Amino acid sequence: MNGSGPITRRGFVGGALLAGFGGKALAQGFAGLGESADGFAPVVPGRTFAFPADHGPHPEFRIEWWYVTANLADANGVAYGAQWTLFRQAIAAGGPQEGWANQQIWMGHAAVTRADAHRFSQTFARGGVGQAGVEAEPFHAWIDAWEMRRLVPVNGENIAPLELKASGADFSYALRLDADRPLVLQGDGGYSRKSLREQASYYYSQPHYTAKGILTIDDRPVDVTGMAWLDREWSSQPLASDQSGWDWLSLHFNAGDKLMLYRMRQADGQHYGSGKWIAPDGKTDLLASADIMMTPLTFTEIEKRKIPTTWRIAIPRMALSIECTPLNARSWMGTSFPYWEGPIRFAGSHTGVGYLEMTGY
Amino acid sequence: MKRALWTLAVLLSHWRRHPMQLATLLIGLISATALWSGVQALNQQARNSYDRAAATFGGTRTAMLVANSGVSFPQQLFVDLRRAGWPVSPVIEGRIQIEGRSFRLLGIEPVTLPAEVGNAPTIGKADLQSFMTPPGEMLVAPETLSDLKLAEGARPQANNALLPPLRVQPNLVPGVLVVDIGIAQNLLKMPDQLSRLLIGKTTSKRASLESIAGDKLRLIEPDAETDLERLTDSFHLNLTAFGLLSFVVGLFIVNSAIGLAFEQRLPVLRTLRACGVSARMLNVVLVAELVSLALVAGLLGLACGYFIAAALLPDVAASLRGLYGAQIPGHLTLKPQWWFAGIAISILGALAAAAASLAKALRLPLLAAAQPYAWQQAQRRWLTYQSALALAAFAAAGGFLWFGDSLISGFAVLAALMLGAALILPTFLEFMLSLGQRYARQPVGIWFWADSRQQLSGLSLALMALLLALAVNVGVSTMVESFSRTFLVWLDGRLAADVYVNAANDAQATEIKAWLRERPEVEAILPGGRADTQLAGAPIEVLGLPDHATYRDNWPLLQSTEDAWNRLRPGDAALVSEQLARRLHLSVGDRIEVPASGGNWTLNVVGIYADYGNPKGQIAVNFAALTRRYPEIPLTRMGLRVASEKIPTLISALQEKFALDDRNVADQATMKAESTRIFNRTFAVTAALNAFTLGVAGIALLTSLLTLANSRLPQLAPLWALGITRRRLAVIELLKTMSVALITTIFALPLGLLVAWCLLAVVNVKAFGWRLPFHVFPTQLLWLAGVAMAAALAAAALPVIRLARMQPASLIRIFANER
Repeated sequence: MNGSGPITRRGFVGGALLAGFGGKALAQGFAGLGESADGFAPVVPGRTFAFPADHGPHPEFRIEWWYVTANLADANGVAYGAQWTLFRQAIAAGGPQEGWANQQIWMGHAAVTRADAHRFSQTFARGGVGQAGVEAEPFHAWIDAWEMRRLVPVNGENIAPLELKASGADFSYALRLDADRPLVLQGDGGYSRKSLREQASYYYSQPHYTAKGILTIDDRPVDVTGMAWLDREWSSQPLASDQSGWDWLSLHFNAGDKLMLYRMRQADGQHYGSGKWIAPDGKTDLLASADIMMTPLTFTEIEKRKIPTTWRIAIPRMALSIECTPLNARSWMGTSFPYWEGPIRFAGSHTGVGYLEMTGY
Repeated sequence: MKRALWTLAVLLSHWRRHPMQLATLLIGLISATALWSGVQALNQQARNSYDRAAATFGGTRTAMLVANSGVSFPQQLFVDLRRAGWPVSPVIEGRIQIEGRSFRLLGIEPVTLPAEVGNAPTIGKADLQSFMTPPGEMLVAPETLSDLKLAEGARPQANNALLPPLRVQPNLVPGVLVVDIGIAQNLLKMPDQLSRLLIGKTTSKRASLESIAGDKLRLIEPDAETDLERLTDSFHLNLTAFGLLSFVVGLFIVNSAIGLAFEQRLPVLRTLRACGVSARMLNVVLVAELVSLALVAGLLGLACGYFIAAALLPDVAASLRGLYGAQIPGHLTLKPQWWFAGIAISILGALAAAAASLAKALRLPLLAAAQPYAWQQAQRRWLTYQSALALAAFAAAGGFLWFGDSLISGFAVLAALMLGAALILPTFLEFMLSLGQRYARQPVGIWFWADSRQQLSGLSLALMALLLALAVNVGVSTMVESFSRTFLVWLDGRLAADVYVNAANDAQATEIKAWLRERPEVEAILPGGRADTQLAGAPIEVLGLPDHATYRDNWPLLQSTEDAWNRLRPGDAALVSEQLARRLHLSVGDRIEVPASGGNWTLNVVGIYADYGNPKGQIAVNFAALTRRYPEIPLTRMGLRVASEKIPTLISALQEKFALDDRNVADQATMKAESTRIFNRTFAVTAALNAFTLGVAGIALLTSLLTLANSRLPQLAPLWALGITRRRLAVIELLKTMSVALITTIFALPLGLLVAWCLLAVVNVKAFGWRLPFHVFPTQLLWLAGVAMAAALAAAALPVIRLARMQPASLIRIFANER
């Protein structure tokens, strides 16, 4: 909690939503190859994904999320970012129980970002009573008044079109997401490794959304359009004991390519990186740790932490060399589990926009 | 600096020569500080525990939503409101019995619980998981754990279910058990039901309440003051008033002690001034001396205050529990502010009491001319001025009485009345004494009255203290006695059945009833039942009375329609408790709507009855109608009519057959004795403070007389020189003191009755919601008058004995160096 340990989200497989619990889970994370000692299902290579069922929750796994980031702009070209996240964490293994006995805890994060403003909100809920949940068909994910709901007409397995809504004390947004291209399985057929050891997750994305809607900051609504990216990930295992956090990027190239990149920071400095290049024609290229060079350039001090907010990224194999700058260097999510998450733009060998997430600083 | 130290040494040497005076000064300061800070400690202790209660998951400090009718509502409303943007968190509340004792059970939902509500295991704390996952945890205050005589981790039984392991949560209020909401719903057998929704402070767009919940829920705004604080205000105001009174009386002592010291040190001060010590320096040194004395006395006073508070705490706790159901921990914990405040009040009090003397020292003429008649003019001006102030105070009292409608205004009436009486006292005494002077014939007689008048200005402060202490004593003891008498009669009416039984559950109750029907000595079984609901936003009790002569003949009705009992029978009429009637301005013939399980229940008010000591409003309805309207209430209570000689055997048979303990089966006499015991404890604190105040007033009189005795030698010496013996002089002095004390006492008695009337007719009504009949108890008045005179005699004895034994040389010296 309060930033002392590794934080949630992608890469952070089996993140500790509940502190104290994290420690316990960490100790159990090295239990072995088979089913982990605490009764949660393990993440193993070679799983066959089935949609739309896999859009729904997987309660046999400890942790799971539905994560949308959107790079938007209004009619005058003013840039915005929007984030919508629903986390699920099981506090005990076993089949889902009815009512308050349900073992799921849900956490929602929502944020909007402008060059001069970053607003965020979080909320928590228990499963079993209807305050939060996810249904696969028709797809509907919600916590309190925030929701992500599939609209009709149905667009097959692309998980589109979607309606996305969230609001906080001083912001709100309502977006419609459309996609005409299929989902992308991350890692090796959806099996995404997070270290050289056992840490892994099931991970797929929909990086091809176009977004359109209304975004409000301080009661001033603006019409926005842009691109959005959905990540779906679930796992049971925690971060490796020597990993302190991660730096993750999703990039929309102006040329139409998409790129997902992350590196898990390790205590020994031998960070574990991975990524996937998605060409406009749908072909994908898995990037290995050795392919990726991520170098922090400048730091921003937020809440007594030094956060690397601009980056140089080089992938020689793909002839990519870019510099990423944040739309707002203070895109700090000061939630119960604080982290940095905000829209970026990049230039160099390639240009475009994207989202950067950094945890564990 | 050196000069200042020398001056201080010279001034301090006075105390070495007059240790008695030093003792008086210190006693004054100590008693003022001790009583004041003792009372403050008690109030602080109580307020801390109210805060704990208020912080318990949605006390009244949190905005909340509650059912518009009935006591619970479906859980789906919680989900619907969350989905509409309302930051609400569900709570369920009920009562469970553990080993025959009833506890308040709170079910909370820690994940959505607003952070500001506090005390809960919150997200991010390691204990959240163990709180929520089976078997869960039951949070209790340390006091509850020791009450149950269980260790942490134990799992007691309740409602035939094994409870979650107990875990101590030090901030929790005693008597409350906190579990996860799902566990609480199971224990209370209220699946998918909630009692209230706490509203978090986070703001976001939300739909209107009506669009989500229709008229099922209503919003209760947060209260700066908790219910408990409101209820107990009167009690604390009462304590504070006593503390303040003692403080003021203590300052009278300080004032006269300092006045005496100043008087005696006048020659020294003149000499010091003549030696070149500036008036300013003299004053600085005098203040420094006073502050150091106040510091020492303040510390001693705080220590005494601590002991007073610790000694009174059990009674205060018992009173608050008995009167308001407030749980106060039995051991005293004090904040540092208490110590600082105590020292500060001691120093400020000493400076205030010394203000007049210090001002005199500042303006001390080096060579004062004798002004033998100046006092008379001064006194006349002073009396006129004071009388005007007194009249203003009386006018204020009348104004508060007429326009005021709160507890504070009730106390303001009392304060203004007493202030006015105190201020008018010297004028009254002056009038009485001049009356005496007019009818005196002999020279000594005329001198007796004239000299008494001359003494007035010096004695009046002490006499005022005596007046106030005595009037308050008369007032409070009249109130207590009135209450006591009314209470006993009322108890006879309320506890009309001969034996009371409380079964463990409904099944056992049925068994017991069947068994009782076979017993020939049982003349009647009177079932009882109680439902909790709310009326006009406040919780009330609905009592079921069986249609039986026992109630018709004994129920303490204050007013009713002629056929009230017959009108109760169809179930559309109710009797209303006096408190509730006063609070809601109900009278016989009005209608009320009470939320019941199946919708609102309209009832005609057919009578008003006394319900002393109950902080909650109460209505009484026909028992059969109650069970129809609230089918879910337990029917475990019953009263029995039994021939008195058969009672002990029946009780022991019941105890043996059904394994009931003393708490669950009791005869009327035991219950009455228990109620009376609680009642008596309620006023133990008042009685103790009363005695303290009278004692302090006695000391004030003593010190005033000591002060006067010294300064009056110039008046007495000529009489001695004229041939009146010291012995006779002493008797005259004693008679003078006793006569002014007597006049004061006579004045205090009607004032005290007025105070009692105010307490009964104004303060009690505002504080508790009931009005007691006013009785005068002449023997009690005589006794108090006797105590006051004894105090005056004791106070006058020392200076008089001193005078009787005074060396003639001392008297002769008066003529040698008249000041």
